[in-house]
Amino acid sequence: MAASRPRSLLRNLNAKIAAIPMILTALVVFTGGTIWTVAYSFTKSGLLPRWQFVGLDQYERLWDSRRWLVSIENLFIYGACMLVFSFVIGFVLAALMDQKIRFENTFRTIILYPFALSFIVTGLVWQWLLNPDLGIQSVVRGMGWESFTFDPLYNAQIAIYGVLIAGLWQGTGLIMVLMLAGLRGIDQDIWKAARVDGIPTWKTYVFIIIPMMRPIFITTLVLVASSIVKVYDLIVAQTGGGPGIATEMPAKYVYDYMFGGQNLGQGFAASTMMLLAVLIVVIPWAMLEFGGRKRG
Amino acid sequence: MKTVHTFLAASTAMLTALSAQAADLEVTHWWTSGGEAAAVAELAKALNERTEHSWIDGAIAGSGNTARPIMISRITGGDPMAATQFNHGRQAEELVEAGLMRDLTDIAEAGNWREVINPPSLLDACTVDGKVYCAPLNIHSWQWLWLSHAAYEKAGLDVPTNWDEFVAAAPALRAAGIVPLAMGKQGWQQNGAFNVMMISLLPKDVYLSVYDEKNAEVAAGPDVAKIFQAAADARDMAADSNVQDWNQATNMVITGQAGGQIMGDWAQGEFQVAGQVAGEDYTCLPGLGVNKTLQAGGDAFYFPVLDDADMSAAQGDLAALLLDPQVQVAFNLKKGSLPVRGDVDLAAANDCMKKGLDILATGDALPDINQLISSDTRTQIEELFVEFFADASITVEDAQARFADLIADAD
Repeated sequence: MAASRPRSLLRNLNAKIAAIPMILTALVVFTGGTIWTVAYSFTKSGLLPRWQFVGLDQYERLWDSRRWLVSIENLFIYGACMLVFSFVIGFVLAALMDQKIRFENTFRTIILYPFALSFIVTGLVWQWLLNPDLGIQSVVRGMGWESFTFDPLYNAQIAIYGVLIAGLWQGTGLIMVLMLAGLRGIDQDIWKAARVDGIPTWKTYVFIIIPMMRPIFITTLVLVASSIVKVYDLIVAQTGGGPGIATEMPAKYVYDYMFGGQNLGQGFAASTMMLLAVLIVVIPWAMLEFGGRKRG
Repeated sequence: MKTVHTFLAASTAMLTALSAQAADLEVTHWWTSGGEAAAVAELAKALNERTEHSWIDGAIAGSGNTARPIMISRITGGDPMAATQFNHGRQAEELVEAGLMRDLTDIAEAGNWREVINPPSLLDACTVDGKVYCAPLNIHSWQWLWLSHAAYEKAGLDVPTNWDEFVAAAPALRAAGIVPLAMGKQGWQQNGAFNVMMISLLPKDVYLSVYDEKNAEVAAGPDVAKIFQAAADARDMAADSNVQDWNQATNMVITGQAGGQIMGDWAQGEFQVAGQVAGEDYTCLPGLGVNKTLQAGGDAFYFPVLDDADMSAAQGDLAALLLDPQVQVAFNLKKGSLPVRGDVDLAAANDCMKKGLDILATGDALPDINQLISSDTRTQIEELFVEFFADASITVEDAQARFADLIADAD
């Protein structure tokens, strides 16, 4: 063991030297920055970092804050709905697209197009569309349905779903394209075999095709989940967190306290909680995914 | 470090003696609306014409909440500008404490700032440990109620002369299809309106004991309860006001869609642009027509420490220029704010500005909220009010209890 070690270290030496900058970046910037942030979340840092230890004070204040609790709740609602709906809609669209239809390129472009827009533009467009005085509501009323009411952004109870609509509109196209790529990767022989066996199409999808598309689903899950946790610009552009604090999100809390409130400690505490939430999701998944493979 | 400082100080002194060399001064600020940009242009003109330095404009679009983080990260990140706007008070406090701001004491003494600046609280807000770190530029006050004559005419009422009459007139306005109170749905506007009511409807020591002494008992007490009740009235009156930005709300008053708005004196610029005349088309009531007391806050320029001695000297020239009587008049007339010097003549001022000047002349000015509480506490209080005004189910008692908690923890 001891004798073979230096040799394995020296193997592919050029590649390893080339990887050093990346390794250093990962260690110093990502890990170092994370540790630094977590450490300073236990201090009373204001506008500038200041090593004045206050224990868990920042965390106590964070979990006493109604705005933080509302933010967490919103993240769960938005995250759960976004995951479920974008997967279902994205997959169904991809399956429809895969029926050898005419003008597939055109439809694919139309559906993917919103993804080319930034969240800022998306947020503004949907702010206008959902504005009762100039958006969907006024158009429908103009057509004669006088009592039609559709103003989710002005009702604190359902405002988060107004944001969800915009998020889905923007993000579903990408999911569809990924899923479509997955579907195209399925060997046509599978379909023929299923047809020979007389399996209905929907059963083929659910029991054969979807399990075969597992790698695509995992890639998509990672992309969607990371976009959910860091959602910030959509909220800023579409609602600014309003009405009241009904559509606040954790990332906005972090930004507002770090820069607007000049309270780095509070912002660090909030971002540490976000990191913790991500770890709680990622670690069991990674253990299942990679730990399982080793055993198999 | 110390030797560097001594060296810098020595070279600065030498250069000041030799007269400063021409320098390009980059100035960052968040004045981007029409009237504001015109006012900044006056400053740039004065610097370009009266000194050999030139003004590099660094306007940052968006409100102060957008601009301040950018300014602060430039200063702390080692790319300081020559001068930058902040509001008077505690926004730049930590930057000063960290030694990142240029000491202006020499300029202040040469210009006799202690004597000429009125109210003196503005200079106090720039002073840390006996040293002056910023140059006050203008005075803005929050305590104004703007009323639309057209709206009251349409409802067949006389224009109110104080807050109680304004509240009493609300049902009649609503019956005439007019929103009684225009208010943008942003925390700073709602929190601002609340503070205006506290100063205007109560004796001023209540305001000071809540925000200056951070006395949570007073914040939870019966006086402040009255203000929360008034805020609930305001919430009720503003229920149909569906706008976000303050100038959209002001526009509702200008067009007669709303009866009135509680907003600072910067709203005046909007009335002027719309060609309205004070006293004929609109009325301004300082102190909501009750307590004629103004809270004197405003803008000040801070000068980050620069390594280059020429630049430091040029910063000093700019600081001195900002307080120059001519510059004060030219700038403030365009900006719609009041000059920080008590000794300049503002003959061209309109009615509302004159009312403000009279109040300042009697010395009845309170320190602005930004001078008393930290940005952190302000953010928390704004959060409370944005929620309170958006959700009619939050009771006055709940909101007051949460307010008192925030004051107890305030710094």
